[in-house]
Amino acid sequence: MLDFPRWKIWLVALTVIVGVLFSVPSFLPERVVAQLPAAFQARINLGLDLSGGSHILLEADTSDVAKLRLETMEDTVRTEMRRNEPRISIGDISRRDGKLSFMVRDRSQVDAAVERIRALTQGAGMTGERDWNVEVVDSSTIVLTPTSSGLDAAVESAMEVATEVIRKRIDEMGTREPTIIRQGANRIVVQVPGLQNPEALKSLLGKTAKLEFKLVDASADPAELAQGRAPVGSQVLPYPTNPSGVPYIAVKRQVMISGDQLIDAQQGFDQQNNEPVVNIRFDGAGGRKFARVTTENVNRPFAIILDGTVLSAPNINEPILGGSAQISGSFTVASANELSIALRSGKLPVALTVVEERTVGPDLGADSIRKGVLAGGIATTAVLIFMIVTYGRFGVYANIALVVNIFLIVGIMAIFNATLTLPGIAGFVLTVGAAVDANVLINERIREEQRRGRGIIQTIEVGYKEASRAIFDANITNVIAAALMFYFGSGPIRGFAVVLTIGIVTSVFTAVTVSRLLVSSWLRRRPTTLTI
Amino acid sequence: MRLLKLVPENTNLQFLKWRNIAMAISFLMIAGSIALVATRGLNLGVDFVGGQMVRVTFTEAPNLDDLRKRVDALGLGGSTIQQFGGPNEVTIRTSLPVGDEGASNRAATELKRAVSAGYPDAKFGSVDAVSGKVSGELFRTGTYAMVLAMIAISIYIWFRFEWQFGLGALFALFHDVSLTFGFFALTQLEFDLNIVAAVLTIIGYSLNDTIVVFDRIRENLRKYRKMEIIPILDLSLNETLARTMMTSLTMMIALLALLLWGPEVIFGFTAAMLLGIFIGTYSSVYMAAPILVWTKIGPHSFVPKDVGPVAGAERLSRRETTSEP
Repeated sequence: MLDFPRWKIWLVALTVIVGVLFSVPSFLPERVVAQLPAAFQARINLGLDLSGGSHILLEADTSDVAKLRLETMEDTVRTEMRRNEPRISIGDISRRDGKLSFMVRDRSQVDAAVERIRALTQGAGMTGERDWNVEVVDSSTIVLTPTSSGLDAAVESAMEVATEVIRKRIDEMGTREPTIIRQGANRIVVQVPGLQNPEALKSLLGKTAKLEFKLVDASADPAELAQGRAPVGSQVLPYPTNPSGVPYIAVKRQVMISGDQLIDAQQGFDQQNNEPVVNIRFDGAGGRKFARVTTENVNRPFAIILDGTVLSAPNINEPILGGSAQISGSFTVASANELSIALRSGKLPVALTVVEERTVGPDLGADSIRKGVLAGGIATTAVLIFMIVTYGRFGVYANIALVVNIFLIVGIMAIFNATLTLPGIAGFVLTVGAAVDANVLINERIREEQRRGRGIIQTIEVGYKEASRAIFDANITNVIAAALMFYFGSGPIRGFAVVLTIGIVTSVFTAVTVSRLLVSSWLRRRPTTLTI
Repeated sequence: MRLLKLVPENTNLQFLKWRNIAMAISFLMIAGSIALVATRGLNLGVDFVGGQMVRVTFTEAPNLDDLRKRVDALGLGGSTIQQFGGPNEVTIRTSLPVGDEGASNRAATELKRAVSAGYPDAKFGSVDAVSGKVSGELFRTGTYAMVLAMIAISIYIWFRFEWQFGLGALFALFHDVSLTFGFFALTQLEFDLNIVAAVLTIIGYSLNDTIVVFDRIRENLRKYRKMEIIPILDLSLNETLARTMMTSLTMMIALLALLLWGPEVIFGFTAAMLLGIFIGTYSSVYMAAPILVWTKIGPHSFVPKDVGPVAGAERLSRRETTSEP
């Protein structure tokens, strides 16, 4: 047990040296580390609660996806029935209870209609199920029911697009090192270090940025409008900045042109009144369409609609031919800039809401690090002194093991690029207190065996051997607790669990193997007395 | 060099003599803790009930009444203002408006603006805003984690030892966790996600002691087949006493340093662990061991009914010849 073959000594020494080497960059300032060879640049990541920054959890409303999908399907069905000969005439279209149903006017065409719709559905998921169920009710009504795997697939693809859009928006803001991760079926975690102003970020992420241009329906009767009723083919939309003072306006349902055809959006200033505006440019097809519509509608007002709210309703004074346009609407420079970012990065396929936000200022984070390091230093010193006073030579061995352990934890965390959080610092300090436990167990056992009157070597040997079992069992329970913490915990707590687990593994190694190596080299000098 | 011995050699304290009284006290403490949690309730943080919490540092101690008025004027509801750390540091908690997503996204901005209006030098250390949905999930997963940890560890002990030991461990854990909850109900320190981590750590480390004691009991049960159970337990507890005290002390030294000089943000977290280590040490002696008496553990528990040597049987025979009881 106390005999160490040469290779084993080298192995232990190598492990310690490698661990210590890798821990060094984490203690050095960032400037110095940047000059080291690439292999030694790995250091511990600081969690947001230490470095300062924002953690924002966004959630998509899946019912929103379902609703949108139903609307799209309705449009598709309408075009499909008209597009091919013979045309199929349909009516009574309804989207109730999440289903789409319509009546085929000519009963002899029901089968043909079903066939055309079946061709629209796609396989979804692994089971070979279609994304819509198509059935005929009362021999003339066709009902389309979305299947759950179809809906899941739709949510999945919406979330993928949403994650991309979010990434673009954050990049556009010029944020450094953002982390954007999908979480679960309908959530996205956004983490940005060192952000001072999370409000701007939240407001940008919360914008769907669905931009539409529609003609204003001037024929609407003001009294009807006040009731919220619009003429057929039109709709009433909120217009909070309406110069006439009425906070709504009637617009045609048909979309003149939408934000999907944008290729650029930039914040700028109106040449006449110097107000902040957003200048947009359409792609080729969009520009031609915009030119055509504005030519046909000179001297009529059109509405610029963002996420269902009218921003402004300027008059078309002359055809707009260059494919560029200007969005005005009581902006500040900041809000115009925000909108231009949102438009550039595309619209979100689904609205996202912030369900959790955690922001830590850089001052508080730095304060936590300073106090954590101070407490850790005091704790370590106190434990080191206590161990020497209690166990003498064996206390020194335990202390060497403890110091090696501290370097190993830092080194391993750096190798795995693990994140140190504030609870992680607490875990670190606790590990310092708990790591000596294995040595306490061993040393107390040695004391006991000594009282039984054994020889020095046998005393130590039995001490190590008998203590090992309890050390093993006791540490397993900690690993169980830490594993559950990691599984169920979020950010900072996971950081704590990681430190705890690494600390448990390294402390068993240092307290048992490293200290035994030290003891065995002492025994080789054939000591005659054992003071413990 | 004379070395410090926390516990004198060869103690012979009769721990088990007091087991009924200790048990009675323990059960009273558990009942008291449950009653406290039931009547006073836990001061659950925004992690578990939703809402927002902002930490603000002022240049000088703010007028709390004035601050309260400003916050209340926002009409967010459920607002509490508390000092933490120094007199010029406060936490402000309010509910989040339900339903209107835009409003809840803006709530933090409004709160900051309201505070800044009166105290332009105020610095905002951190903002935590958790919606009701997320807080519900955190509450659920936190509960699962604690219950699962207790069960998983007890099962592990059952496998490594015997069912009586698993039961003893479960009781000890239940005791430690209840008392920690009772402490939080009594002090009304905020119970947030970090405290769940602290409780899980307590569950892990409290068992440390228990296992060391159990390991010695098992060893002694095999060694002294003829001895009565109570003297065996007392002997095992005495033999491990020095180690129990040492380890608890080093852990408490470390945690005390963290409590006194560490970051204020994790004060509750550290306090919970410090208390937990203390309670855990006591419960290993007075909760886990007496259960073994009542479940009638004995040497027979470790003698296999079928053939084949017990693990450690070789050591057992060697021991009986070399060591005197």
